[in-house]
Amino acid sequence: MMAFYFSRLVEIFPFFLRGLWMTTKVAFCSLIICTLIGFILGMLRSSNIVFLKRLIGTYVAFARGTPFVVQIFIVFFIFPEWGLQLEAFPAALLAMAIMGSAFICEIVAGGINAVHNGQWEAASSSGLTKLQQLRLVIIPQAMKVIVPPLVGQYVLLIKDTSVVSVIGVMELTRVGWVTVVRIPEGLMVFALVGILYFSISYPLILLSNYLERRMAI
Amino acid sequence: MSAELIFHTHLVDMDDSMLANFNFRIIFEYMPLFLDGLKFTFLISLVALVLALITGIVACACRISGIKILKYPIIAYIEVIRSTPLLVQIYFLYFGLPTLGIRVPEIQTGIIALMLNSGAYIAEIIRAGINSVDQGQIEAGLSSGLNYVQRMRFIILPQALGVTVPPLLGQAIVLVKDTALLSLISVMELTRSGQTMTSERFMPAEAFLTVAFFYMCIYFCLKALADWSQRKLIFREAY
Repeated sequence: MMAFYFSRLVEIFPFFLRGLWMTTKVAFCSLIICTLIGFILGMLRSSNIVFLKRLIGTYVAFARGTPFVVQIFIVFFIFPEWGLQLEAFPAALLAMAIMGSAFICEIVAGGINAVHNGQWEAASSSGLTKLQQLRLVIIPQAMKVIVPPLVGQYVLLIKDTSVVSVIGVMELTRVGWVTVVRIPEGLMVFALVGILYFSISYPLILLSNYLERRMAI
Repeated sequence: MSAELIFHTHLVDMDDSMLANFNFRIIFEYMPLFLDGLKFTFLISLVALVLALITGIVACACRISGIKILKYPIIAYIEVIRSTPLLVQIYFLYFGLPTLGIRVPEIQTGIIALMLNSGAYIAEIIRAGINSVDQGQIEAGLSSGLNYVQRMRFIILPQALGVTVPPLLGQAIVLVKDTALLSLISVMELTRSGQTMTSERFMPAEAFLTVAFFYMCIYFCLKALADWSQRKLIFREAY
C-alpha cells in the first residue's frame, strides 16, 4: 500500500512544484513590500516626531502582539465589511505586509538607534540635510546591525507564508492539505512539503549565520 | 421615489458602519466562549512551554556534550525544525500519527508539535547564553581546579542564566501566538472560539477583534515581564 501511495505521490509531484512556485511568489512579493515599508517606518520611528513614534509604536504592538492567523482573518473577513474586498492572493500579501513590516521596522529602528549619537552631530555639522544624514552617514553604519537579523526575519516570514493557506491560497501547505485527503499518508505528504520548505529556508539560515559571524567582527 | 430613498439611507448606513455597527452586546453574549478559549490558550501555552523548556535543556546538553552520537542527531533536529513552518509540523503530526497507528486527541498532538518546535529554539537560546560567557571565566575556573560539572554549575550557568531569561520570555510570546495555529486542527482555543462565533452569527469584526484584544492583553503582560528582566538581569560592563 505504501509503495502504491508513493507512486501516486510521484505522479502528482508537479502539483507540489506549482505550490512551491506559489509559495515563492507570495514570499518574494511580500518580502519586497515588507522591506520597503519596514525601512520607511523604521526611519520614522527612530526620528523624534513624538506623534509618529507613538502611532507606529501602537501599530507595531498590534502586529507583534496578535497571531498571524488572526491578522489574516481580520484582513480577509473584516476588511470587506469596511469596504475593502480582496481576492485571496492580494489579501495574503496585505496580511504579510502588515505583519512583516512591523517586525522589520523594529529591526531597522534598533539598528539606527545603535549608531552613535556623535555621527548624527558630525553629519549635521557637515551641513547635510536630515535625509542626507540618514542616507549617507547613518544607514550605511546601521546596516551592519540590521542585516543579520533581517535575513533571520526573512526566514521567519517565508515560513509564515504557510499560514496563508487558511484563506485558500494554493501554496505549498495548501497543496499538502489537499493531497492528504486523496493520499492518506500524512507522514509522506507532509515530509515532502517539509523538504520543499527546507530547500528554500535552509540556505537562507546558513546565509544568516554567515552574515552574523562576518558582521560581528 | 421610495426605492431611491431606501437606497440612499442604505448608503448612509454603509458610511458610518465602521464602528456604529459594532455590536458589543453580542460580544458579551459570547463572553463565556471567549473566556473558555482564553483558558485553553493559557493552559496549552503553559504546558507546552514547560515541556519545551525540558526539551530545550536536554537538546542543548546533548548538543554541547561533544559526544558525536548525541550531537549530530540533535543538530539535525534543530535545523529541520528551524527551517520548516510550524503549520507543516502540526499537519505532519496531525495527519501522520494516525498512519502510524497512534491515535491521540488533537490537543495533545498540538502540544507535542509546539513542544518540539519551541524546544529547538530554546535549545539555541540556551546555547547562545552559555557561549556568551567570557572565555576568561572558563580559564579562571580551570586554573582554580574545578572540573567540568563544577565549572558549569558555579561559573558558567549562573552567568548564562541572566542572558537567557529575556530571549526565553520572547520565545514564550512567540509560543502563545503559535497556539493560534492549533485552531486549524480544531483545538478549542481562543482563535477557534472566534471562528465558532463567526460561523454561528457571521460577525467576523466582533469575533476576531475581541480575539485580537485578548491576545494583546497576554502580549503586553509578557512584554512587560521581558522588558523588566532585560533591565534587571542582563549584566552590563560599565564603560
